[in-house]
Amino acid sequence: MNYIEKQNAIIEDFSLFDDWMEKYELIIDLGKEIEMIPSQDKRDEQLIEGCQSRVWLKSNYKDGKMFYFADSDAIITKGIISLLIKVMNGEEPKTIAKEDLFFIKEIGLQEHLSPTRANGLVEMVKRMKLDAIKHY
Amino acid sequence: MKDTTQSRIAVQDIRSQFPILTQKVNGRDLIYFDNAATSQKPLIVIDKIKNYYEKENANIHRGVHSLSQEATTAYEQARQKISSYLNAKSDSEIIFTKGTTDGINLIASSFGELLSPGDEIIISAMEHHSNIVPWQLLESRKKIKLKVVPIHKSGEIDLNAFEKLLNEKTKLVSITHISNSLGIINPINEIIRKSHLVGAKVLIDGAQSIQHEKIDLQELNCDFFVFSGHKVYGPTGVGVLYGKSELLNIMPPYQGGGDMIEKVSFEKTTFNVLPFKFEAGTPNIVGGIALGTAFDFIDSLNFEQCQVHELELLRYAEAQLNAIPTIKIFGTSKNKTSVISFNVGDIHPFDIGTLLDKQGVAVRTGHHCTQPIMDFYQIPGTIRVSFSIYNTKGEIDLFVAALNKSIQILS
Repeated sequence: MNYIEKQNAIIEDFSLFDDWMEKYELIIDLGKEIEMIPSQDKRDEQLIEGCQSRVWLKSNYKDGKMFYFADSDAIITKGIISLLIKVMNGEEPKTIAKEDLFFIKEIGLQEHLSPTRANGLVEMVKRMKLDAIKHY
Repeated sequence: MKDTTQSRIAVQDIRSQFPILTQKVNGRDLIYFDNAATSQKPLIVIDKIKNYYEKENANIHRGVHSLSQEATTAYEQARQKISSYLNAKSDSEIIFTKGTTDGINLIASSFGELLSPGDEIIISAMEHHSNIVPWQLLESRKKIKLKVVPIHKSGEIDLNAFEKLLNEKTKLVSITHISNSLGIINPINEIIRKSHLVGAKVLIDGAQSIQHEKIDLQELNCDFFVFSGHKVYGPTGVGVLYGKSELLNIMPPYQGGGDMIEKVSFEKTTFNVLPFKFEAGTPNIVGGIALGTAFDFIDSLNFEQCQVHELELLRYAEAQLNAIPTIKIFGTSKNKTSVISFNVGDIHPFDIGTLLDKQGVAVRTGHHCTQPIMDFYQIPGTIRVSFSIYNTKGEIDLFVAALNKSIQILS
């Protein structure tokens, strides 16, 4: 699946639920499966401080593609990170830097990515893109 | 919502005066338990603001035309009303500010100018960042020393430590009346009395007490008292700094501009009398007037019965929360207002707050602008519920059900 198809697949998954709590149950389940950064690797340079929750992000560039590892102390934040990673992992830096992440809004999670939310996610997406730009 | 409280106030009548409470949030009835952050506004305050812009708007002081005079009268009547509600000695001791933070910064800047290197200011470990940072800035500007009174595990202030910190170098003690993150009521009468014995002045941060406690400034005998309008059913962007006139008179102006001057020339500028000396520029006119109306609203209530009602809500919610085995409440003093800060096991407060929001319950999560308290308890933050006069036990039942559902999903 390409960048757009991956996002459409997530939108479809979420469209099965009408109820907010069910959507969040899915996000929480995703948060439990995320590939975490080992605690010895959780260094300050990977920490993104948010007012509400903290996020750690590690980026790898391999064979022309980007791979991300991340973690958060809040499980909902972790679930949203896991969605971002699903979409962005294995993509070329150019795609990540230039293409729109439209699924966030479509599934109704844009509030988590608003600058006022201060949960570290906005900064994380920015840093994911900046890390991609370094290799583009 | 069913009113099952024992206090003799008609909660449904009060609720009907707050239009926002009929809102739906995420498809559910709004349960607003974030009152320590800001209170909702009664219709009488909302109407006042609307009416002012529709019929009374003009710039105040100095205008010769009728509208300006009417607006000036309304603004100054609001000041008188607030002064009399708080039992200040004189209306001129009531300075309109932008809010609590603005009031504290005014004192730090202006009263701070009277301090000398080596002078000491005492605050407590439970202060809001607004009552920490202005003093840290003053510390680096004027080479004064900032001393911090520790708190006990219960969240109560360590009065023995406080007394040990007090000395002849202490020039100001700046303490919150009620902790915004724990809800604990500080023994300010004792703090004020002991501070005065060494000649220190006392600033009380009333941001969390003005809506819950009856304040009598002359009886309290503090030197400064600050609060925000929006926490006491008034609009945002307006607040009050009370100061004893003998102090305000010797303090230099905070900001320069219109209204605060008596005469301006390039050779010598002289300043206006109190309170105008500290009110540079066009003030938040409608804010001041509507804050006066907010105190009219309070006057229309049976304040003592409202206090009983809030205390009942506190006890009822505490009992319900304590029945959930993984819950830990922070701030366990008996002397508390209707604020509960808690965590659930290892679950992050942000996760609980997000799921409660999706069920229509508005709470606050995080460090509540009191990071030192969170460091003290070694936690990232708490979930804080705070009740007001319009909340009900029925709402607490719904909140606890929503909380249990959130815990179940997150565990």
